[in-house]
Amino acid sequence: MNYYRLLLHLYPSSFRMQYGDEMSAIFALKLQQSSGFASRYGLWLSTFIEVFGNAAALHWEIARRDLYYSARSLLRSPGFAATAVLLVTIGIGANVAIFTLADFVLVRPLPFPEPERLMKVWEKHPGYSMMELSPASYRDAKTANTSFASLAAYDEFNSMNLVGEGEPRRIDGISVTANLFPTLKKPALIGRYFHEEDDRAGAPGTVVLSYALWQTQFGGDRNVLGKAVSLDNQPYTVIGVMPPDFRFPTRETQFWIPFRFKEDDYQDRNNNYLVGIGRLKPGVSLAQARSELLLIAARLRKQYPKENESVDLSVIALRDELSPQSRLLLKGLCGAALCVLIIACANLANLLLARSLARQRELSIRLSLGANRRMLLRHILSESLLLGLAGGASATAVAVATLPLLGRLVPDGLPIQKVPPVDLQMLLFALGLTLITVIAFGVAPAMRASRNAGLSGLRVGVRTGGSGSHRARAALVIVEVMASVVLLVSSGLLIRALWKVQSTEPGFRTDNILAVRTELPFPKYDEVSLRGQFYSKVLADIRRQPGVTDAAYITALPMTWGGGIWAVLVDGTSQLRAEGHVASMRFVTPGLFSTLGIPLTLGRDVSETDTAERPYVAVVSESFVRRYWPNRQPIGQHFNFALHDREVVGVVGDVRVRGLERASEPQVYLSYKQVSDGWFEGYAPKDLVIHSSQPPEQLLPAIRQIIQSADPEQPISTVRTMTDIVAGETESRSLQMRVLVVFTAVAILLAGLGIYGLLSFAVAMRHQEFGIRMALGAGHGAIFKMVLGQGAALAVAGLLPGLAAAYLAARLLQSLLAGVRPADGLTFMAAAAVCLITALLGTLVPALRAVRADPAAVMRAE
Amino acid sequence: MADDRIPSLLPLQPTTLHILLSLTDEDRHGYAIILEVARRTQGELKLSAGTLYRSIQRMLEAGMVIETRTRPAPEMDDERRRYYRITPFGRAVAEAEAARLRDLLKMARLCGVAPRTT
Repeated sequence: MNYYRLLLHLYPSSFRMQYGDEMSAIFALKLQQSSGFASRYGLWLSTFIEVFGNAAALHWEIARRDLYYSARSLLRSPGFAATAVLLVTIGIGANVAIFTLADFVLVRPLPFPEPERLMKVWEKHPGYSMMELSPASYRDAKTANTSFASLAAYDEFNSMNLVGEGEPRRIDGISVTANLFPTLKKPALIGRYFHEEDDRAGAPGTVVLSYALWQTQFGGDRNVLGKAVSLDNQPYTVIGVMPPDFRFPTRETQFWIPFRFKEDDYQDRNNNYLVGIGRLKPGVSLAQARSELLLIAARLRKQYPKENESVDLSVIALRDELSPQSRLLLKGLCGAALCVLIIACANLANLLLARSLARQRELSIRLSLGANRRMLLRHILSESLLLGLAGGASATAVAVATLPLLGRLVPDGLPIQKVPPVDLQMLLFALGLTLITVIAFGVAPAMRASRNAGLSGLRVGVRTGGSGSHRARAALVIVEVMASVVLLVSSGLLIRALWKVQSTEPGFRTDNILAVRTELPFPKYDEVSLRGQFYSKVLADIRRQPGVTDAAYITALPMTWGGGIWAVLVDGTSQLRAEGHVASMRFVTPGLFSTLGIPLTLGRDVSETDTAERPYVAVVSESFVRRYWPNRQPIGQHFNFALHDREVVGVVGDVRVRGLERASEPQVYLSYKQVSDGWFEGYAPKDLVIHSSQPPEQLLPAIRQIIQSADPEQPISTVRTMTDIVAGETESRSLQMRVLVVFTAVAILLAGLGIYGLLSFAVAMRHQEFGIRMALGAGHGAIFKMVLGQGAALAVAGLLPGLAAAYLAARLLQSLLAGVRPADGLTFMAAAAVCLITALLGTLVPALRAVRADPAAVMRAE
Repeated sequence: MADDRIPSLLPLQPTTLHILLSLTDEDRHGYAIILEVARRTQGELKLSAGTLYRSIQRMLEAGMVIETRTRPAPEMDDERRRYYRITPFGRAVAEAEAARLRDLLKMARLCGVAPRTT
């Protein structure tokens, strides 16, 4: 019988109290009438089912009724409801968008089976923690290790001209070892992927297509398998198509071809171009794999003391390959979004508190008319829940709309799509966050309201809201001020950092320069003279165009490729790459320096007469001269570089090859003609730069025609202005800063409104007091100052800890600050000023209202 | 006034109608209602305590029944029991539901899906 009473607790308490005794009596009777185990068992079972069903239905009826009443009461105060929904939208929206982005980039498993076992393998050289593997290193690591179930490799740079299907196109793809796909464990959508035989020298060419390429270039035709295509004039047979979510190593990759290694490829241990990717055997940890590869590297150092000196092998989880900057950028935004949430919630709590105080009379009346406290509490809570759900829904809509704009914060190097998907996980996060917000910030005001409501609330003229309530609300406003100061300082520092980076001199001119990439295919252009003919014809025709002042070809433009680093040997002594004696190598046509406005400080440019038959020459950068011949005349000096002795004939200014924020190696420019046929094909000039007196984009139709006439099969892959290339350097940084500035603006506005709301309410509550004070002789100035002082006290109470917290935040962001000090005085002062001005503005209206209290009217009312 | 509310209550849930019918001849307490409904339906409808009191609560709110203070002689009574009485409004609701069912039956007969004998 006691069990039945316990079961009755599933019912709402009001129902239980009303009918519980009778129900128990009926159950007792039924129990008496049932005899035997089976019939008792049946009675209990049916009772269980009945109680669960009826209790759930009753609870639902109550909740539905509460929600209905709450909706009606909210519609009666639309201003309050709209403000609260807006606050939830801002707070939750910012967090759903940013945390979805961060989860997508930093946390979510990569789209491969058992992604946590996928590791990248790199060589490690002094000064370079992640250097590509040489084919020999790859082969040695692959055969000697026992940690990896399979170890594959690919070559990151491999775009090719696709001819045969429509217009010739330059498409990005990679060469891979045959075991790459089995390593990633991603099956082909149709067809197959490579066998070991496809990977051997002399094997017929085979290609696997990406889903996107299959769709765009082959119309999604399933008969594509077995079709012959021409890539860089070589025949390939399509053998498979990968599924749409397969993006490896980046989302730009359109096709995969096998390496077809030759025995020669394993000879040079200093030719590093392979990225290793392996799948750990089950049960093998990252640390075990790491220490095993270190042992292998040590053995290789002993075996090849000259080539492998100081060369190590390192293993990094595929997931962890993100740059610390990208990570910090996202974490910073998460922190900012949390600040916005805190501020929005504090405002929301304040708003709900104010409403509950203002409604004290109404609640007291309802209590005296027979409602109980539990009903009041439920009613107020369901109001918060409704507001929260409405806000949560609109917040999700806002987040979904803004995610595509934030896509640029998804680093390009990850094998994931550009825009985080809207999925169940995101919706659950939004719902969870909303419920937490509602419970955390709705319960306290509801408890307070239902506790305070009593007969005392019915007295006319009662002053609602005791000092405890005021203190709680003041504390909330102080928290708001604190959080906005943190945001103000952080975004201020990041704005300064952006300015600083943007004002960095790249070392070349950016205005009116167009960069057009035309990658010549091999082996068609194996002969240097053939390449020369192409460049000469294109450049001569372009220079004839109206407005063009100069044009040239270079291996790769600064900031578009950081690689191409070669060891430097000076004075015949062996200078090891290990000691950082390296320079960036670029082959150029004459006229590059004048086109890009790189100052020629000594000597001459390379010239058309610098051919393979003449002494090999080089133009070097000033940092190169400082390093090797600090106090000597550089012109005429010799050094060994790219397999030849070179004579310095010119010195030019330094350029930021690796971008505005990274240190670059010294630069060496070589004549495009001083190279043997079939050598250094990866360095063959492919970027055409044109300087013109007019906006250079206008030249594009003419440029297309010129390239077509030089080689009808030659596509143009990318066209960009130099200004865009440099702006691209700061793209993610400036996007992050813009998001942060929006957050900060919202935050400071909310904090100002918070101060305004609190003081307005306090002034309204103290209306009588001000009237009496004035009747007793207090001047307007004194009252005004008193209210103003309250506002200032709130602002300062938030400002001081806020500045301290901001300094800590700035220390965490330090690596994003590009040299701006975390304790930058100017930024801190500006932030403090903005905060105080906002507080002042928020205080002004309540202070003026206080002054307007009419002593005569107040005294009459008393 | 009362009549205005009737259409919004129709059709009645079968449980509600049975409870109303069981109260037409005398006031009854909960368990007696359960027994009476079972008797009238030849054991077809056995109300559980939860279902009964959920319906009673709704019917009290709608004004179809009231709790009565008149109780039987003390030796027949159990103080835990509450007795319910049908109100004139409750009767009107039951009549309206009966009329609705009669019309429905008429329609069914016209369509030949119900026997014509009464």
